[in-house]
Amino acid sequence: MSGPLQDWKSQRKPFAAVASAPVFWLALFFIAPMAIVWLYSFGQNAGPADIDISGTLDNYKRATEWLYLSIFLKSLAVAALTTGICLIIGFPVAMAITFAAPKWRPWLLLGIMLPFWTNLLIRTYALMALMGTNGYMNKGLGGLWEGASWLRTLVGMQPLEAWTPVQLLYNNFAVVLGLVYVHLPFMVLPLYSALDRLDKSLIEASLDLGAGHFKTFMQVVVPLAAPGIVAGVMITLIPALGAYLTPDLMGGTDSQMIANVIERQFKRANDWPFGAALSFLLIYAMFILIALQSMRSNKVKEPR
Amino acid sequence: MFNRTAIAPLEYTRKLWMRSWVGLTMLFLYAPLIVLMIFSFNDSKRNVVWKGFTLKYYEKALNNDSLVEAMANSLTIAFFATIISLVIGTLAAVMLWRFRFPLKGLVEGTMSLPIIVPEICLGVAFLIFFAKIDWPTDLPWPLNLSAIIIAHITFCFPFVAMVVRARLASFNKEEEEAAKDLGATEWQAFRDVLLPHIKPSLVAGALLAFTLSLDDFVITFFTSGPDTITFPVKVYSMVRFSVTPEVNAASTILIILTVALTFIALKYQGVKGISDAH
Repeated sequence: MSGPLQDWKSQRKPFAAVASAPVFWLALFFIAPMAIVWLYSFGQNAGPADIDISGTLDNYKRATEWLYLSIFLKSLAVAALTTGICLIIGFPVAMAITFAAPKWRPWLLLGIMLPFWTNLLIRTYALMALMGTNGYMNKGLGGLWEGASWLRTLVGMQPLEAWTPVQLLYNNFAVVLGLVYVHLPFMVLPLYSALDRLDKSLIEASLDLGAGHFKTFMQVVVPLAAPGIVAGVMITLIPALGAYLTPDLMGGTDSQMIANVIERQFKRANDWPFGAALSFLLIYAMFILIALQSMRSNKVKEPR
Repeated sequence: MFNRTAIAPLEYTRKLWMRSWVGLTMLFLYAPLIVLMIFSFNDSKRNVVWKGFTLKYYEKALNNDSLVEAMANSLTIAFFATIISLVIGTLAAVMLWRFRFPLKGLVEGTMSLPIIVPEICLGVAFLIFFAKIDWPTDLPWPLNLSAIIIAHITFCFPFVAMVVRARLASFNKEEEEAAKDLGATEWQAFRDVLLPHIKPSLVAGALLAFTLSLDDFVITFFTSGPDTITFPVKVYSMVRFSVTPEVNAASTILIILTVALTFIALKYQGVKGISDAH
């Protein structure tokens, strides 16, 4: 029941009252800083604290060197893998919440959302403590190992050698696990909101007409939940691609992602123009992803 | 939960594999946090074996001046960032909801950018920006936190605007017109009619902004100086260089604070509100 929009000209004073603060803030504290980064990306170091914006494209040229290109591609691969795992774990969870009894549903949702409200650094740190060489994950694996060893002696084979704790942290596996841990709620919530809106009688119809659960899932549930899947993928992929903290704390020397390289240009290497160029390349990558998504959703809407 | 009726085709949640899947996911999400909280009471330096109950790490954490100062900084920043984000975000929501003006699409799009742009890029932008304009760094407390507060407002207020705007969609403009017909001024109509309607979204938006600000590491990492350490930045350096059980204790305090805030939000919105909000 919201009425028609008012033209700003007929309401100059109220319009100025509400518009000035947000527009001023955006211009001064968002557009201006981003514009400076953009200008710096075309500059070069001209002294210890002096950057000469000469319009050079050298920074972008350097970014296409294989060293940086490979990190970019690797970040994309890690983010895609994380998103895929989140989707596989998250979809059944979202289904379970959708079809749960009404009194359980809000509590399950709360269970998914609570970690999302908890400090990212604390969550990463908690996961690291669990994954350390003395942590519980290693102990659990050790227990499984001893169990397997015992089973072998049971069938008359040589027992396995004693369990030595494995290095779970500081490698690519840890980065992906950490990213999945952090981003899982991002995936479940949009999936849930799409599944919740789905007309459940369609699933019933499919089952009644003889399709199995799996076939119904693939041919009815997934296509109908497609907007939620796309939203969940985007909302997971974008922050995972720009992740800094997880690869920094949980990764090894070979698991740097693009954000770590950007940080290094500013804090240690002190090559601000090159860091600025890398930042904007990352932003352009986001724009491309979002453009692909909106093209896709336009295509879905057109035939209707 | 244990009723014996047959499982209907759509009662996926009552199937065993589905329940185990959800259970394992919850275990994955919560086990690290719960272990961390339990072991913050453990009387042992090496965090693996339970040696007995102690509160000494809480005492240590609370006597660690730089940790307490970092926490105070974080809360101060979150407080100011929330209030200013709430004002700017609400104004932005009203602007977009009520008016037609040139370049509206552009303004709307730009306002969603701080949400989309990767944190690292925003952090870098503020680092360069504050260096370029020579933002003073030697101001007395709490003004020395102003750079961080400004950075936090930039990424918090679009979220507030989003939440408030969703609520405004259900506002009946005729109510406001009726108030004005009855002699209310623009400001009175805003204060007495519109504001009460959007109040739940203001609470939700404020809590969202507060948590986002308290949570932020990357952007703060780039805008903070040596004298303006926040809690996440402090924990980061502690984790980086030497893991101490104090971090467990301090983290537990923050987790409990977060859970308490979430339950306050629930009180306002109701448990049902969660499932309706999404």
